[in-house]
Amino acid sequence: MNTQNKSAVTSEGKAGTNTNPSQRSGTSESVLRPAVDIHETADELVLRADMPGVARERLDIRVDGNNLLIEGTIGIAPQEAMAALYADVRSTMYRRQFVLSNELDSANIAASLQNGVLTVRLPKRAENKPRRIPVN
Amino acid sequence: MFTRFDFPESSLFSDVRRLERELDDLFGGGTTWSSGIRSLPPGTFPAINVGSTDDQVTLYVFAPGLDAKSLDIQMQQNLLSISGKREEPPERGATYYRQERFRGEFRRALTLPDDVDPDNVEAKYRDGIVEIIVKRRASAKPRQIAVQ
Repeated sequence: MNTQNKSAVTSEGKAGTNTNPSQRSGTSESVLRPAVDIHETADELVLRADMPGVARERLDIRVDGNNLLIEGTIGIAPQEAMAALYADVRSTMYRRQFVLSNELDSANIAASLQNGVLTVRLPKRAENKPRRIPVN
Repeated sequence: MFTRFDFPESSLFSDVRRLERELDDLFGGGTTWSSGIRSLPPGTFPAINVGSTDDQVTLYVFAPGLDAKSLDIQMQQNLLSISGKREEPPERGATYYRQERFRGEFRRALTLPDDVDPDNVEAKYRDGIVEIIVKRRASAKPRQIAVQ
């Protein structure tokens, strides 16, 4: 379901073109790709994404047509004088995109964020939920 | 899982290490390039950033979705270890398409600079990041020497 491969994400976040409005800091900063779990039940699809450091106000979830875009910025502000000794995480921006399918009710997507884990619930349209056919 | 690394306080070394990592990323895990004996594969959980000032060393442990009580942070001299568990039982009867997120127990240990004070450590958990502040001993701070 993910339409963007890793290199596409990286090249999008890299410098050169500063026309990208979502690029907020740094010129050589790449974009982090959050790890996700996706599962489906009878009523909905549930997406969970690890986005440590992102507070609610720095999270942006957008549905544009069939496209679900998840973006977030890490809100830790190290002191000015701090020198980096070691860094596994070398960017402050998360981004990941998914293509939704038509049976999902995109008007009723719900999202919540707890301890850096984002949960997005994508309900199925009523007519697409599996129905049990009663046998008389 | 027990991973350990230490770092010299020299930007030259960290530059070399960064270059190593970038080569690793570029060539898919470095099948031909040799990697540092304590280097970690990209994506190891939890990711850690370490920064320092004259007064303190600050660690940012990227560990989302944990119960703060389940975290165990220990300090022995200048060796800091952090361990914990992330348990999320899979949804029953659900179909999983992707399971990229880490599950299970983790442990990481770091050798901090020699002048840290093991009795002066604070930790807090916010938005999925454990921030650990370890103060440095006063004697280690740079002092200005007045010229007579």
